[in-house]
Formats: sequence, structure tokens, C-alpha cells
Amino acid sequence: MSSKRRQALAGVRVIDLSQVFAGPYATKLLADMGAEVIRIECAARSGRGGALPRLRPGGDFGAAFPDGDTGERSYNRFAYYNEVNRNKYAITIDLSKPHGIEVFKRLVKISDVIVENFSPRVMPNFGLSYEVLKDINPKIIMISISAYGQDGPYRDCVSYGEGIEAMSGLSKLIAYPDGAPLKPGTAYADATAGLHAAFAIMAALRYRRVKGVGQYIDLSMREALTPLLGEAIMDCRMNHRPAKPMGNRHPKIAPHGCYPAKGNDKWIAIAVESDGEWRALCKAMDNPAWSRDSRFATNNGRLAHRDELDELISRWTCGCDNIELAEMLQSHGIKAGAVLNAADLVNDPHLRERGFFEMVEHPEAGVHIMPGVSWKMSRTPGRVERPAPCFGQHNRHVFGRLLGMSDKEIEEMAREGVTAEAPLPYTDV
Amino acid sequence: MADGALTGLTVLDLSKNISGPYCTKLLADYGATVIKIEKPVSPPFAKGDSEGFCRGESRIRPGGCSESGSGDHKDRPYGDTVNPANIDGLFLFLNTSKKSITLDIDNRDARNIFKRLAKQADIVVENSKPGTMKKLGLDYAALRKIKPDVIMASISYFGQTGPCRDWNGCDIIAQAMGGLMHLTGEPERGPLKLPLSQAEYQAGLNAAVAILCAVYHRDATGEGQYIDVSVQEVVASILEGAISTYSYSGTALHRTGARHRYKCPAAIMKAKDGYVHMESSAYWEQFATMVEAPQLTQPRLASILRYQYADEVESAIKPWFEKRTADEIFDTGQRWRMPVAKVMGVDELDGDPQYKARKYFREIDHPATGRRRYPGAPFRMSETPAAINRAPLLGEHNDEIYIDTLKLSRDEMAQLRERNVI
Repeated sequence: MSSKRRQALAGVRVIDLSQVFAGPYATKLLADMGAEVIRIECAARSGRGGALPRLRPGGDFGAAFPDGDTGERSYNRFAYYNEVNRNKYAITIDLSKPHGIEVFKRLVKISDVIVENFSPRVMPNFGLSYEVLKDINPKIIMISISAYGQDGPYRDCVSYGEGIEAMSGLSKLIAYPDGAPLKPGTAYADATAGLHAAFAIMAALRYRRVKGVGQYIDLSMREALTPLLGEAIMDCRMNHRPAKPMGNRHPKIAPHGCYPAKGNDKWIAIAVESDGEWRALCKAMDNPAWSRDSRFATNNGRLAHRDELDELISRWTCGCDNIELAEMLQSHGIKAGAVLNAADLVNDPHLRERGFFEMVEHPEAGVHIMPGVSWKMSRTPGRVERPAPCFGQHNRHVFGRLLGMSDKEIEEMAREGVTAEAPLPYTDV
Repeated sequence: MADGALTGLTVLDLSKNISGPYCTKLLADYGATVIKIEKPVSPPFAKGDSEGFCRGESRIRPGGCSESGSGDHKDRPYGDTVNPANIDGLFLFLNTSKKSITLDIDNRDARNIFKRLAKQADIVVENSKPGTMKKLGLDYAALRKIKPDVIMASISYFGQTGPCRDWNGCDIIAQAMGGLMHLTGEPERGPLKLPLSQAEYQAGLNAAVAILCAVYHRDATGEGQYIDVSVQEVVASILEGAISTYSYSGTALHRTGARHRYKCPAAIMKAKDGYVHMESSAYWEQFATMVEAPQLTQPRLASILRYQYADEVESAIKPWFEKRTADEIFDTGQRWRMPVAKVMGVDELDGDPQYKARKYFREIDHPATGRRRYPGAPFRMSETPAAINRAPLLGEHNDEIYIDTLKLSRDEMAQLRERNVI
């Protein structure tokens, strides 16, 4: 695979004002496909957290820094940022300063797409609403990602992704059958919004190619997550049957769940969809006496007695290695898979053979593995060409090469504080 | 009718279950012509069918009256309203704005018809087990001979290559092997999957984005291509920093239940009448004032490293939450500009003022079910808003596609129908 081959989104320039995960996830997808994504950050809103003093913070937060050490410049060493912002450029512009606004507008003139996920009042307050920006570049495509949308009574409500998971009905369904609502194990509303945003941008680019016009896209994270609950919503509307949390169970088939395996926190997921698969499972278990119980012979019987069934299967699985067991069950045609953690994923022979991971060298974080492109394309595969940018790393490239500014003007911006050397420190460490 | 963003693109959709249909729903709602290819006779729910449900196989059938009362079947012009193939709620939701033709792809004549359709298509989407399309002679290598710039997307649980290519999958297996399940659930209990086939939706979303990237490339260069989407990989792609974190420090992150990994407090908490998700803003003193817990301002807890004392912080704020209803907490919290949310059920969404004000849910009439409110557009485009139209009846567009587009004669149609090809 030649890296010189033309990439799918070659020539598309994206200005990325977005923070944390939803917007950056959208622009990650575009950058992986070859778009030139330029992140705009500033000292007060770096999108990477504030500068930390040198610490070994401990816990999951500490684990996100190389060897648990924040280093001299914590904001260049944060795993979450460095994974989602690979392949991008980063510059600093303070949009609260008139000179910053002026430079930003010059960048808009030579760009195709603007992505932002501020609260809805922020861009108009900067004087950078879509109406203003489209006068500068009539073909610009602008997407605003917000919690609840650009209008309506909740427009100005504050929320991160976890609030959106709660307000859309998702969190309530993430629970063990006897338990309280829980959060998804990842920033799920953010990822879902980011994917829909990337789709929206690509749709707008297609329309622009055909009709020659740009447009504005209003994406509410809550509205983008809601369709993924379509099954429960339709059931509720058609049958007045509000969904209940089912844990790992399935409403129609049994057994279907997550069973303990040998070792600490090792598990295997198994799903049996038919009587034939059930017989195959019995055979794989060596036909223990209990498996011949007539109550388990049919799907309806297994559904009715699934507490007992799950208990019996657990007694069998708990002595087995989950990865070996999954292979053995698959060889019997049964849907089974080990519950993989990050270490298991990185060592998974299947993912490795498919080339799912990429090794990336970052100047301040070192050489590390990360997930590569999310899908495989035969002609324009995309790849991780460059690590996530350090704070302000591409100021000179963008201001000088792309905007044709003189060294003097670039230095002046630094003096005025339009550009910055580092994010502001955290005030409360 | 106004143009959609994707007007002019034609998609042949051979997919079943959720992943492929959600992908083509997005394409169709935003203007592409999606031709859904279905078996002439919807089989009864075949429990061993690893490809998941077709029509009428999900558990959602309308029970009571339709919401507006206008869905009296007897007044409708279609004769097959008792056919469960047409009233499945999940199917109706996933297949909005598409056309349906019947074509038994296992039949050789049908495959020739499919190839004639492919000649006029931009995109082919399928989610059968790897190898199936090749056996049918309809894999990418075959299709590009007919249509050199065709874009073909295949969605499968483990991808088209690799040692697990032929493994059997379903949603829970993909969530397990994609690493998401390990991270969800209580730390002291077993892993938990996300509900309602989330891995399948993620695969559909990724396929939709990949397809439009391929369209962008094709429009620039005239080159088509093949897209291989693995459900396992798309799940492993949304783990935030989990994989990098392992590489950075050797830590395989664990489940955190209702709590955020390191923001504190940021958790689902009990309210007087249910649950809320609460989070403090950066203004810690204000938060302490709001929740009437002045002890939170001591230096040890005022630090962002307070996540180490999450139990202490949560027990200090618990009483304030337990005394108030979710609505009160939401109103008060938002007044203080704290990111606070209610844990709502899907049955509560209809009454929500924000969805209402934005007219989010779309009332869609369907001859077999009457008017129902469907989830609306996931995003709003100023020039090309989504047009979400009802799902097709089985084979509803046979005449349009076979006679108007492919120019088959009525006699040819009758013959094919007799042989159950269409």
C-alpha cells in the first residue's frame, strides 16, 4: 500500500474548533480518509485540558499518560487526545481578540468545512455565526454539534455526552435486570454524534459538488442518539410497552449472556438462536445429564427456565479458558466470543492479522499502538500518517504557508496573545 | 419534490437485520434512491437464521390502536394488511424512504436481473456472511466487471479476512470481542452489553460514512472501490482512549458502573423519584453551594484529583439529590449551569418539551399500521433537510423498477413471478 496514492478526501480542508470527543471523533474519521483537518485551540480552551504541574496522578486518569507521568507538557501527552486527534494539524487562535477573529476569517476563506461543538450561544457571540461566515465563503459547510440543538427551550442547557445518554432513554436500559441505570463503558453519545456528523459533512460535500452550494448543519447529540433506540421507541409507540433493562439477555432467545470463565475477571459471551444451536452446544459440553432435561429442548422452554439454565452453563464455563472455549464453541457453529479487554484486543491474532492497529510515534509521548482506520477501503485505505499535533505545533505552517503571513505578523500575534505557547494551567490541582 | 443531499445516488440494498438497513436508511432519508431487495415470500421466523430478522421477525407488532386513530386497516387500499411482513415496527423504522422489490437472489435468473440493476447502481450494500456473495457470483470482482466504478460495502461481524472471518457473530458477540462489554457494568459484577443491538447500529453508521467517502473519491477520480466493515472493529474504534491508555501505561481499563473514570463527581445518582446524571462544572465552589455541602471546598476535595475520594464526595452530595425529584434537580442544576440530566425512559420522550419544540418525532402514515411517531432526523441540513417517508410494502416497487426502469414486459414479469423469482 503506497502512502502516495491519492486519498479519498484529498483536497478537503476542515477547520476544527471542537472539543473533547464528539467533534474530534467526526474530524478523526475525515482526517483518516485524507482530509486536512486544522484544529483551532487557545490557551483558555485547549480541548486537551489545562496544563498540569508534573504529576504521577494515579488511577485511570494517571494511566492515560505515558508510564503514568504527566511530563513537562501534560497537554501533549494525554492518551485520549492523542488517539482521536491523530492525522490532524493544530494551531492556536484566541477568538476573543479582534485580530484572532480576523485571522480565523482568512482561514475560513480557504477552507471547505467548519466543525464546532460550543454551546449554541458561543459562535454568534464571537460574531462567527454561519450567516457571517457564508458571506466570507459562500460554499462553506458548517456543522454545529450541541447537546440539544440550536433552538428550543433546552438550547442553552449544559450537558456532556453522559447527560445525553440519560436524556435519550439509553442509560435507563443499561442495567442488570435487577439493577440501577449505568453509564456505557465509553463516550457513546459522543461517538454516535461524531459518526452522524461525519456522515452529514460528507452528504453536504456531495451536494456541494453537484449544486455548488454550501450549507449549515445543526446536529443535536440527543437527536443523533435517539434513532439508535428506535426499536424500543417503536415498541413503545405501537404497543405501549416501555422497554425494561434486560442485562445481557435477549427478549426472544436463550441462552444469551455473559458467563464466567477461568481466571480473574474473565468472561465469555454465548448466544444460542435455535434448537439446532442448542443441540450443538450440548454436544460441545459433552452432553451432561442436565442438558437432556426436556424443559431445555425448545427455545420457549429455555426462555422460561433461563435463570436455571444460565446457572448450569456458568458452572461449566467457569472452569474453562475463555479464548480457548470461544474457539471450541465456534468450531461447533455456536456464536461465542471472549469478552476482551484492551490488553486482549491488542494481542488478538485476528485483529492483528487484519492490520487493525497502527504504531504511531509521537514526539512527546513516544511510540504507541492505537486503533487504525475504522473500516477497510480497497482503493483509498487511509492510514495514520502522523501523530496528534502538539499544542500550537502548526502555527507557522498554517499562518505562514497557507495564509501567507509574514514572520513579523506571526510574531505580532504571539505578542498580542492571539496565539499561545501553552494552555492555561489547571487552577485547582 | 426538493432535492436531498444524496439525490441522484442509487443504492442496491441486499442487507438484512440492523446494520445494513440503518446504513441505507441514512442514505435514503437524505435523498438517495435505495432499492431494497427482498425474498419474494417472507419466511416465517427462522430461529436458526444467523442473518437475523427480515420482515415480521422482530417482536414489535402493533398491539393497540394507532396513535392518531386513523389507522383503520379496512379503509386502506392494500389487501395484505394482515401480513406481518408489513407491520413490523423495527422494520418500518429501519426502512423508511426505501423502495422494495422482491427478487430471490438464490435463483440464477434473479442474479441476472440483479446484475442488470447493478449496471445502473452507484452503490451495493450487503451484510451476508463472508463468502456468500462470491458463491452467488455477485462479489465485488464480479460486480465491477459489470459496473467498473461501483462502490460495494460489505458489513460482517469479523470482516472479510483474518482467522475469525468465518466465525458466527451477533450483537452481543461483537460487543464482547470489540472491547466495549468489558468496560460496561459494575466493577464488582460481570460485563454488561449495551441494549438494543448497538454494535449493529455502529456498523451501519461507519459503513454509511465510508460509502460517502468512497463516493467523494469516485466523483473526483471515476474510481469505485470495495469497503469491508467489521462490526468488531467499529466497536473497538469507539473505546475513547482505552487502547492508547493500555499502550501508554500498561493499564487495561476496568468497568466503572455509574461513574465517570476520573471526573468527579460525575455519576448517575438516585433522586427522590428516579435517577439523574449529575456532574459538577468547573465552578467547584458554586457546586458545593448548590448541593449544600460546604465541606467539599476543603483543598483535598477542591482538586481535580478528587476522583480518588469519589465515595466521600458522592456521600456528601447524596442527601441533596435524594430529597429532590429529577425534574427539580434538572431545573435547579441548569439554573446553576451545571451539566445535570434526567435518566428518562423511552416512554417519557414524547412529553419532552425540547423534542416537541424542535418537532423531532415524525408522524408517518403507513397503510398497514396507520400513523405512528418515528424517531426523526439525526441532524438538520439547511439546504437539504431529511425527507423521511414510510417504509415500503413487500414488493411495492416491483412494477416501477422492473417495468419502468429495467423495461421488462408484463409477460416476462408474470413468468418470473410464477417461478417465484420475484
